[in-house]
Amino acid sequence: MKRLLLAAALLCGSAPLAAQTIAITGGTVALGDGSDPIVGGTVVIQNGKIMGAGVGIPIPRGSEIVDARGKWVTPGIIGGFSRLGLSEVDLSADGTTDDRAPGGPFSAAIDVAPAVNPMNSTISVNRADGVTRAIVAPSTARSIFAGQGAMIDLGADRDPITSARHFQFVELGESGAATAGGSRASAHLLFRNALREAAELGRYTQRASSRAAPSEDPVVRDPNESRTTGPNAQRSDDVLLTRFDAAALVPVLQGRQYLLVHVEQANDILQAIALKRFYPQLKMVLVGVTEGWTVADRIAASGIPVIASAVNDLPSSFEQLAATQSNIGRMRAAGVKVAIGMIDDNDSRYIFNQRQYAGNLVALGKVPGATGVSWGEAMAMITSKPAEVIGMGARLGSLGRGRQGDVVIWSGDPLEMASEAQMVWIDGVRQPLESRQTKLRDRYQTLERNALPEAYRR
Amino acid sequence: MRGSAIVGVAVAAAFLPACVAKTPPAKAPPIRINDDPYPSTYSRYSGAPTIIRNVTIFDGEGGQIDNGSVVFADGAIVATGDASLAVPAGAITIDGTGKFVTPGIIDVHSHLGDYPSPGTEGNSDGNEATGASRPEVWAEHSVWPQDPGFSRALANGGVTALQILPGSANLFGGRGVVLKNVPARTSQGMKFPGAPYGLKMACGENPKRVYGNKGGPGTRMGNVAVTRATWLKAQEYDRKWDKYDKSGGDMPGRDLAMDTLRGVLDGKIFIHNHCYRADEMAIMIDMAKEFGYKISTFHHAVESYKVADLLAREGICSAMWADWYGFKMESYDGIKENIPLVDRAGACAIVHSDDANGIQRLNQEAAKALADGRRMGHNVTDAYAWKWLSYNPAKALGIADRVGSLKPGKMADLVLWNGNPFSTYTRPDKVWIDGAMMYDSANPRLRPVSDFELGQPGEGDVK
Repeated sequence: MKRLLLAAALLCGSAPLAAQTIAITGGTVALGDGSDPIVGGTVVIQNGKIMGAGVGIPIPRGSEIVDARGKWVTPGIIGGFSRLGLSEVDLSADGTTDDRAPGGPFSAAIDVAPAVNPMNSTISVNRADGVTRAIVAPSTARSIFAGQGAMIDLGADRDPITSARHFQFVELGESGAATAGGSRASAHLLFRNALREAAELGRYTQRASSRAAPSEDPVVRDPNESRTTGPNAQRSDDVLLTRFDAAALVPVLQGRQYLLVHVEQANDILQAIALKRFYPQLKMVLVGVTEGWTVADRIAASGIPVIASAVNDLPSSFEQLAATQSNIGRMRAAGVKVAIGMIDDNDSRYIFNQRQYAGNLVALGKVPGATGVSWGEAMAMITSKPAEVIGMGARLGSLGRGRQGDVVIWSGDPLEMASEAQMVWIDGVRQPLESRQTKLRDRYQTLERNALPEAYRR
Repeated sequence: MRGSAIVGVAVAAAFLPACVAKTPPAKAPPIRINDDPYPSTYSRYSGAPTIIRNVTIFDGEGGQIDNGSVVFADGAIVATGDASLAVPAGAITIDGTGKFVTPGIIDVHSHLGDYPSPGTEGNSDGNEATGASRPEVWAEHSVWPQDPGFSRALANGGVTALQILPGSANLFGGRGVVLKNVPARTSQGMKFPGAPYGLKMACGENPKRVYGNKGGPGTRMGNVAVTRATWLKAQEYDRKWDKYDKSGGDMPGRDLAMDTLRGVLDGKIFIHNHCYRADEMAIMIDMAKEFGYKISTFHHAVESYKVADLLAREGICSAMWADWYGFKMESYDGIKENIPLVDRAGACAIVHSDDANGIQRLNQEAAKALADGRRMGHNVTDAYAWKWLSYNPAKALGIADRVGSLKPGKMADLVLWNGNPFSTYTRPDKVWIDGAMMYDSANPRLRPVSDFELGQPGEGDVK
């Protein structure tokens, strides 16, 4: 019945149920910060934010009480690296994919934010499985720079962007080498040249900002800003990047925008760390990092956080020869900050697999010789860690006080495949869990011939 | 049948002309063509007589024994039973407390070996995409036995047998091959002895996409027309050879493509039909009737739930993913309840991988389908759902008389899991194939390492 009501609400185009004070009581509560779950905990959401979670949390008068006894309560899952919202159908469906632009002239300047479509069926399918946010990156096409990615939410509304142009994404492994003309050496040179071109514009913007009011932000946040594209912006003659692309790299160079670097092979990882030493202001995050365990101490020493594939264990390419499911556990043990992402792994639609992957890392604890992670750490790697590695840990990813009210009630342990998300809140707003899939399921519950064809059943 | 009374073609060619020249009026007797020219050389490794006690058993045909015992020796299951089952003299005893034992998982749809790791161009051997109809190719001639993926399927996935199929670029993709998941130097060394061949067919998007700009077909109706025209030729070929096999005379010309299709028309080769959409499955069913063959299994079958009644009536299996959807138009209507809806309709449901990673977690994929089904009111037991992973795939491959369940006499292909195999937290503890222990999580020496991985970073690591 509840399902029918929510479906009706969706059909009428009404907004999801309004935010209020919600107290979820009696559940097994996982804070998402790496700690063990708390039996019989309370979670209070007020004005769209977490007011408190744990034991002995006061319940404000007038709260809507949600009885979660026998259930599990966690922060919403965050897609650690994805292309969610950029593709409705990946193959042979003209017009439905927006993750890359092989026919366009731009690279680093590309901003995925306008392309994220909150009405994509991939959003509703993943929301129904407890995914509430996702890091969304563009894919590379003609340059090693893919462009600027965003943090999005999966709410059933028209405003998916949590933080636009939050990071730049660059390929510096096998894929980067191919795009750079065929070699890693070329990719690194293109990278250094791109930062040189950005520096040229950066110097100009610094001069410009010194004449501006002190309160004016010297950072180029939007590549369309006239400071880097106007008639007075100087460039040398030997440039490879379009002006927009060079301008987009200014905030990367200034350390005001994160730089996500995709590398898998140990040697590529070390070369990326070396770049960080050369450009110390870069706010680098390594993505993929299949062979990370072989150089885990050096990643840890660099302080660079990682978004890793969780269960890669095949030498599916020569840059992943040392692949093992123990990679994350070993990096974690060496002191690397690690989040789980869906790097090149059906990243447009199966973000719901992250909880399965996290569970698999826990399973390694029972395999002799393997290195797993604790349940709490595994949960953190799909909730708070993806937020923390891109500097959003104070806003998202855990049930800590003041975080956005992204909460999921599960029928059981969320890292078990038998469990389902039963209630989902994003920014404190209760979300519908229907999708095309649930409607198809309901239509075909019976195959008996009715008075009218199936097309009339809904 | 196969492997007996075989005369080589070369031998036939050597004495036929002479024979014809000497006695022109008399019809030469028919010569049997060797239908197994690349025979299995697999033979089981030795294993000690073993009893696993105090273990939860899913027998693969829906049965469960709590606190049970299973005995195997000489490569075969001897008995399953409760705690009172006698310990055979000299048997190794394994305590299965807190653990589960199941038949080994059988994957009906894998590309290990023909799309191996690493996935370089030089290793890409799964699609003979040089013509829309290529029934003459055999996947076993592409299978690289050193694909590291086989060991992951064994150690992480508990997969003991698998069918390697050609890809789906072609309407007729070629023959598949069923392998024992035991490392060998050659694909023949892995071949499941006596398993029937499969023929891969494909509907829908892939053939028309690949050939739309290469001479066609470029539409679904073109796919069907070319497929039917090919079957017409096969029928003619079959008639010619039936006549020759009966009464001899001049040997008709041999055609490798037609040999395979004739094997299908004669019921010896099983059809494995890549098909996503319900409407296309219905067309392929009519096509099978038009030309007189049987479809064993629709693969991927993401819309089987829309025609599950038809599939039950026709006795056709569906090999499915738990939750794949939307990656192309013909998978757009994929739903998470596909497997339980097919099962509930009384049709044969199989969990398949088509993926070198997914094959390591088929038990978890089945767990998803089981849970989604229960939420929909399809209340089946864990032990029942194991049929989707062993017995039903064995049936689809024509080897259910030898594997797929723990019935006495069957091959001792079994997995001891370190917990309930439908839990994310569970992994294989030990895996036996034909009674030989091929994986032991506690023993690094019992972990296969392919030639490719020797001398590479991570050699012999837990994977």
